[in-house]
Amino acid sequence: MIAIKNVSKHYGSFQVLSECSTQVAKGEVIVVCGPSGSGKSTLIKCVNGLEPFQSGEIIVNGISVGDPKTNLPKLRAHVGMVFQNFELFPHMSVTDNLALAQVKVLGRSREEAVQRGHQLLERVGLLAQAEKFPGQLSGGQQQRVAIARALSMDPICMLFDEPTSALDPEMVKEVLDVMVGLAQEGMTMMVVTHEMGFARRVAHRVIFMDQGRIVEDAPKEDFFGAPRSERAQLFLSKILQH
Amino acid sequence: MGYHWNWGVFASPVPSGETSYLGWMISGFETTLALSLSAWLIALVIGSGMGVLRTVPNRWLAGLAAAYVELFRNIPLLVQLFIWYFVLPELLPAGLGDAYKGTNPLLQQFVAAMVCLGLFTGARVCEQVRSGINSLPRGQKYAGLALGLTLPQTYRYALLPMAFRIIVPPLTSEFLNIFKNSAVASTIGLLELAAQGRQLVDYTAQPYESFIAVTLTFMALNAIVMSLMHLLEARTRVPGSMGT
Repeated sequence: MIAIKNVSKHYGSFQVLSECSTQVAKGEVIVVCGPSGSGKSTLIKCVNGLEPFQSGEIIVNGISVGDPKTNLPKLRAHVGMVFQNFELFPHMSVTDNLALAQVKVLGRSREEAVQRGHQLLERVGLLAQAEKFPGQLSGGQQQRVAIARALSMDPICMLFDEPTSALDPEMVKEVLDVMVGLAQEGMTMMVVTHEMGFARRVAHRVIFMDQGRIVEDAPKEDFFGAPRSERAQLFLSKILQH
Repeated sequence: MGYHWNWGVFASPVPSGETSYLGWMISGFETTLALSLSAWLIALVIGSGMGVLRTVPNRWLAGLAAAYVELFRNIPLLVQLFIWYFVLPELLPAGLGDAYKGTNPLLQQFVAAMVCLGLFTGARVCEQVRSGINSLPRGQKYAGLALGLTLPQTYRYALLPMAFRIIVPPLTSEFLNIFKNSAVASTIGLLELAAQGRQLVDYTAQPYESFIAVTLTFMALNAIVMSLMHLLEARTRVPGSMGT
């Protein structure tokens, strides 16, 4: 589904990503973790072409993301993305946030789009908030709406960029529950997160990044059992303490 | 002080007898209104377009918009007006120039003043639109693009509606400025409100009445603009944002 081959990216002389390679098979859930500044958010934004990269290749569903001839909007329409700060459109109601791209990108009728949107709102437990505006919802609710918005495009895979990092602790669970549900249904997911509980429950593989490199790319059991790199061991010991 | 107040002056007929001095003032008011509103329309359209270009990834387009701003913001308004009115018609190709100069001189004055004020104010609107767009979180653009919207669609549906809401207060002050700056058009002979006020003084020697009337009219105009813009701000306020 997603193949990342030798991807490198630099800003001037600063190397953000160096020679990153991995792949995500259909139905697989990959958790990407690592210290801040390790390049994990940049890597995930490269997958749908939000961040350009200088060398290497990323293939999503058979289409090369870095190829200048690729129709990026068309590709992105089928790759859902959820952001750390939700990024709902504040001037639109929840319903309109969900309907906008369905109508403008997929060409659905407004009725169809609203109906599909409401189905997904029900799924994330927020149908009652359909006519509210993002500013009237809690962070956890906004993030669930954002997930529903991404799902409304019927994506072939989902990218999550630290979806719970901006949330108050009591709201983390409601968002993770939605994500666990998705994973159990077989959605292909690439998740940048520090939620190791989530990784343990549903991840197939864990990728550990440091200084722009993929240091460890291992099945979940191996990663939590005995990470090979010293850096990953240190990272795990720090975040698993609490 | 020995000043002879005479508010009745407005009712007395002008020398030609066609109308009263009040009639002159009203015609000046109409010209000011027409000039300011048409120039504001130009400023909004050009300023919004250029403001968007200043924020796009294409370096050439962004550079073009930056050059526009530098050119029109850094030359005094009065000099720009003289260039539009006196210089540019001479630079037109001979046939076109002569045809233009053969049109109604009042129309020439109006067009020069409208284009000048519009482009001058547009440069300022451009900078406000740019800062409005840049004040939005970077993730908003990502969110639009990630949904499969094109860059123009992302601007149209996600970025601009919020950017314009944010810049209503500075836009209000530009809107007020355009009314005040329109008085500069009197220097090329356009009989807008300030020019009619001065003409009234020349004919009647009643400067206080005349300029008090001009001042009050400008103040009333701007009070109306301010309340309209406040209304706009309240109407477009986003539920759940600050202040609701």
